[in-house]
Amino acid sequence: MESQEPANDSLSAGDGAGTFAPAGADRGVPTVSVRGITKHFGTIQALRGVDLDIYPSEIVGLVGDNGAGKSTLVNIISGGVQPNAGTISVEGKKVSFSSSLEARRLGIETVYQDLALAPDLSVWANIFLGREKPVKGPLGRLGWLDRKAMANQAQADLERTRIRIDSVNALAGRLSGGQRQAIAVGRAVAWGSKVVLMDEPTAALGVEQQERVGELVATVAAQGVPVLLISHNLPQVHKLAHRVVVLFQGQVVANLRSDESSVDEVVSWITGAALGTRRP
Amino acid sequence: MRVKLPSAFSPPGTATAPAVSVAPAAERPAWLGVVDRIGDFWIVGVLGLMVLIFGLLNTQLFTKGAWLSISNFSVEYLLLAVGQLFVILTGGIDLSDGAILGFTGMVSGAVMQSMLSSHAGDVLTTSVGFVVAMALGALIGFVNGFLITRLKLPPFIVTLGSLTAVGAAPSLINGGTEVSNLPPQIGNIGISAIGGWIYTTFLIAIVAAVVFGLFLHRTRFGLRTYAIGSNGLSARRAGINVDRHLVWVYTISGFLAGLAGMMVMANFSVANPLAGQNDELDAIAAVVIGGASLFGGRGHMLGTVVGTMIISLLVTGLVLVNVNGAWTEVATGVIIVAAVTVDQVRLRLAER
Repeated sequence: MESQEPANDSLSAGDGAGTFAPAGADRGVPTVSVRGITKHFGTIQALRGVDLDIYPSEIVGLVGDNGAGKSTLVNIISGGVQPNAGTISVEGKKVSFSSSLEARRLGIETVYQDLALAPDLSVWANIFLGREKPVKGPLGRLGWLDRKAMANQAQADLERTRIRIDSVNALAGRLSGGQRQAIAVGRAVAWGSKVVLMDEPTAALGVEQQERVGELVATVAAQGVPVLLISHNLPQVHKLAHRVVVLFQGQVVANLRSDESSVDEVVSWITGAALGTRRP
Repeated sequence: MRVKLPSAFSPPGTATAPAVSVAPAAERPAWLGVVDRIGDFWIVGVLGLMVLIFGLLNTQLFTKGAWLSISNFSVEYLLLAVGQLFVILTGGIDLSDGAILGFTGMVSGAVMQSMLSSHAGDVLTTSVGFVVAMALGALIGFVNGFLITRLKLPPFIVTLGSLTAVGAAPSLINGGTEVSNLPPQIGNIGISAIGGWIYTTFLIAIVAAVVFGLFLHRTRFGLRTYAIGSNGLSARRAGINVDRHLVWVYTISGFLAGLAGMMVMANFSVANPLAGQNDELDAIAAVVIGGASLFGGRGHMLGTVVGTMIISLLVTGLVLVNVNGAWTEVATGVIIVAAVTVDQVRLRLAER
C-alpha cells in the first residue's frame, strides 16, 4: 500500500493545507499549533509532516480513512505517542511531553473513545480521580479525602458546562451513555484544559444522545476551549465543526471551512478522489 | 453476551476496558426502588435471619459460650478477609494468605523459642514475635505484588506459587513439629476476654477491620483501590501509579496474614505448622458472600465482616443443631453460590 502512493509533491494540496487561517489574523495565537510532525512505525510512515492549528473557541473536525494517520496524530498531541520529528506549541510556547499525564498538565485533555470512566465509582470520584482532594491537617496527609468538597465542586463544574446529572454521588456505570460522555467531557473541561481532544465521541450513542453530545461540544467551544473532534460520522463532523481537516496517507490534504464546503467534498478528499482533479 | 474473565486470571493492565453500553431510558416499576434502597446491605439481613433460625432450633445460640465460640472462630478469617478484600477490589486474588499465616506463625514461634532459650525477657520476646510475623507476612505479600506487577504475571498464578512454596515451608521449621515453648503473654492474649465477652484477639481483628475499613472507604488509597479494579486503564490514564499501588495492596494482605498467624498462635498457645491451611478459600468466600465482585471494583468492608460472621455462625450453628461437621462445608458452598446469584440478580434489577 505504501509503495503505491504517489510522490509527496502530488499530495500537497496547495492552498488547501497548512496555510489556511480562518478569519485572518484577528484570531491571534493558536491554542495548539502542530508543525512538521512525522512519525513512522518501523517501515510504515504514519505521518509525513503534518501542520495543524487550533484556535480558541474553534471546533475542528479531523477526518480521514482508516490508516490515514488520525489516531497517530491524536495520540501524539495527547502525549501517548512521541513523534520522530516536528513540534507542538501550546499558546505559542513550544512544549514537549513524554506521557499523556504531562500533556494533561499542559492543558491538553483527551476524551477517549471508551471515556476512561470507572463504572463502580461515583461521578465526583471519576472527575477527581488522580487529583483527589484531601482534607486539611494531619488526616489529610494520610490521604483522608474531603469527599463533600469534591462532590460540591464536581456539581458546580458540571453545572458550569450545563451538564445535568441527578446526583454526583451516582455511580458512573449506572448512567446512560450520553450522560457518561457528558461526564468525561465535563471532567476534561473542569480541569481547566486549554484544548479538548475527542476521539469518536458519538460512536456508541443513539441518535438523540448524539445530538446532546453535539450541544455539549458547542457549549465547550463557546467557553473558549477549542475542541478537536475525530470521527467517522462525516455529516455530524461537518455540521458541528467550524473547520474540517482531512488526512490522507499521513498528510493534511484539505482544510475546509464547513460553511464553504459540502459533505461530498470532504468525502472526495478522504478517498483521494479530489487529489489532482479538483482544488478546494 | 460478553464473557469476561476476572483480571486475576490475566496479567495486570491487560484487561480490556468495559464497553460503553447505552441503557435505554425506560420506566422503572416502583418496586425496584425497594431493591435500590436495600442496596448492598441485604446480606446483613441474611445474617440476622440465620441467627433467628439457628436460635429457634437451639436457644443455646444466645448464650455467652456460643458467642465466644463464634467470635473466636471468626478472628483468623476476618483478618485474612480484610486483606483479601483489598486484593479482590483491584480485580486480583491472593491464594497465599493462609499459607503466609502458617509460615509466619512458625517462623515467629521458632524465633521466640530461641529467644526464650537464650533467656530473653517475655515481653521483649512477645514483641519481637509480633514484629517478625507481621514483617515477614508483609515481605511475602510485597514479593507477590512485585512479581505480579514487574513480571506482568496473573495474580492467580503468582499467589498459587506462593501458596505452594510458602505452604510447604512450615514443615522445614522446628522439624515440622509444633512450637510450644512460647512466652506466657501469647497464650494470655488468646484466652483473655474483655468483660468476659470480647476476646482480645477478636477485638484486635475488629479494630483491624475498622481501621482498614476507614482506610478503604475514606482515603485516597482506598478510592484508587476501587478505581484500579473498576477500570485499570482509566486509572493509569488518570496518572495513578497502578503497579506501585498493587504492590502495596498485596503487602497489606500479607501483613494481615502475619497478624492472623499470631492470633491463631495465641488461640492455641502453640505455633502449628498446619495452621492456616485452606484458610484462603474461606477468606475469599467471606469477601464474595459480603458482596464483592471478583472482577474488581465492587465490595465493601461491612459486607466482608458480615460474610465472615456468616461463615463463623454456620460452623457453630450447625454444631449446636447437631449436624455433622461436613455439612458446614456443604452449606458454605451453597451460600457462596446463592449470595453471588442474589447479588447478580439484584444488580441486574438495579440497572433496569
